[in-house]
Amino acid sequence: MAQITVDRKLCDNHGQCAIAAPKVFSMNDEGILEFEETFDDALLDEVEEAIDVCPVQAIFVKD
Amino acid sequence: MDQRIIVAGASLGGLRAAEQLRAAGWVGEIIVIGEENHPPYNRPPLSKEVLAAPGTPQEVLAKLAFRARRSATGIQWRLGTRITASNLADRTITLEDGEEIGFDGLVIATGLRPAQVVVPGPVDGRHVLRTIDDAMALHAVLVPGAQVGVIGSGFIGCESAATAASLGCTVTLVEGRTGPMERPLGSALSSGVREMFSRRGVDCRTAVSVVAYRGDGSCTGIELSDGSLVAAEVIIEAVGSHANVEWLQGNGLDLSDGVECDRNLRVLAADGQPMSRVVAVGDIARYPDVRNGLPARRVEHWATPTDTAKIAAPALVAGIAGRQPAEAPAPLPSFWTDIFGTRINGVGSPAHAEETRILEGDPGQPQEGVAVGYYRGNTLIGVVNAGLPASRHLHYRQLVLDAGALVTN
Ligand SMILES: Cc1cc2nc3c(=O)[nH]c(=O)nc-3n(C[C@H](O)[C@H](O)[C@H](O)COP(=O)(O)OP(=O)(O)OC[C@H]3O[C@@H](n4cnc5c(N)ncnc54)[C@H](O)[C@@H]3O)c2cc1C
Ligand code: SF4
Repeated sequence: MAQITVDRKLCDNHGQCAIAAPKVFSMNDEGILEFEETFDDALLDEVEEAIDVCPVQAIFVKD
Repeated sequence: MDQRIIVAGASLGGLRAAEQLRAAGWVGEIIVIGEENHPPYNRPPLSKEVLAAPGTPQEVLAKLAFRARRSATGIQWRLGTRITASNLADRTITLEDGEEIGFDGLVIATGLRPAQVVVPGPVDGRHVLRTIDDAMALHAVLVPGAQVGVIGSGFIGCESAATAASLGCTVTLVEGRTGPMERPLGSALSSGVREMFSRRGVDCRTAVSVVAYRGDGSCTGIELSDGSLVAAEVIIEAVGSHANVEWLQGNGLDLSDGVECDRNLRVLAADGQPMSRVVAVGDIARYPDVRNGLPARRVEHWATPTDTAKIAAPALVAGIAGRQPAEAPAPLPSFWTDIFGTRINGVGSPAHAEETRILEGDPGQPQEGVAVGYYRGNTLIGVVNAGLPASRHLHYRQLVLDAGALVTN
């Protein structure tokens, strides 16, 4: 299991992460980001993609 | 000796290519060569937050520099280094100081530079916006009360006009077409954006072009094709771009508009066949629109370097090994822009639409929430929404994906 943090001061609710890794990130009806704070290592590829596509580089992973 | 891939250009495309080469299993050398002195950094804030309030050069860079993937190890960076020539048959590139470097594979990621307005008149006071240095220089002159003329109302022109107006400048936006961002958005939304500008005091002059700049030594005004004169001491030229292809001349490539590629981003040789050891990524790559069956085009959006690097890197690694690349997905283009705090999000290819239909809201009031669908025949090929929560954007993106014959990502 690895852990995710999102810098909420940076996050601009673009929602790109929810396209790249929908099992981990989603946008609620108000358009605000919700995410799972830990994820299975099998999802690492998807999560790395989410990090790549975030226009403000707000997503961080630590193991 | 280790095999070597050279990545030409050290911006988002160069970084993503290097990362994806490692992800595709490349264990040989990777050298990324870039002309700018800065490591890869994020450009979109340069016309938005950073133009409004940059802070010191160190702060800007700290804010904008990309974090590389942790798996992207052993990459050599040669920054502040310009490539001046290449010989693709001999597999070499030449640097500014005459040094020649051989390669087994080459990634072309040298992007674009801004085009400039070619008219008579003074040069002082004219700006373009592509780099951190451009943004710092422009910010310094966007003082309250400054008279600013923005030439061109694409994304960068509109964003810098909005930012300048928020900083208290008097802004005139000059556009040859009938409205701001009309090409990517279509006329309905373009009128709404024009309204947003008018409410904030930005004077939009449309269907006119610049004939000359006026002023003695430095600019004081802009002479337009309708005979009018606009007072402006700060000029921002946002009139499109030129691809940085000069270093590729002499190889028989089609360099008329970026670098022509196949759908795997392999560069096409003089005979029209894809080369196995040369690929292109990012703004410079002209690749087929397989999704809509339309001819090859460049896609100048932030998502493109990442999307294309994911396809180009494995194709290059396969090519060097003498294998054919796997069938490439057809990325769905997407872009965003922020005008006076209203986010405009687009997916698909709205600029290629034959017809538009309003999906929700009033395009005359983009800030209140609106979505417009773009169609070829009866097929939805793009949606642009403004002022809506990201959840709506994801919904419309799914509609475009579902409508396309090719659902691959
Ligand atoms: C001000 C601004 C705002 C933007 N805002 C948005 C936005 O809101 N939304 C959006 O979707 N997109 C936006 N974009 C577009 C996005 O930033 C680009 O699509 C992206 O930067 C393309 O990356 P690239 O690596 O392909 O090219 P570039 O970023 O152009 O990088 C090419 C690099 O190659 C280097 N180079 C060129 N020639 C040579 C040579 N001969 N030798 C060595 N190095 C060379 C250049 O110095 C440069 O660093 C914006 C762009 C700008 C400039
Ligand atoms: S992509 Fe980045 S900015 Fe957008 S919701 Fe995800 S974390 Fe926030």
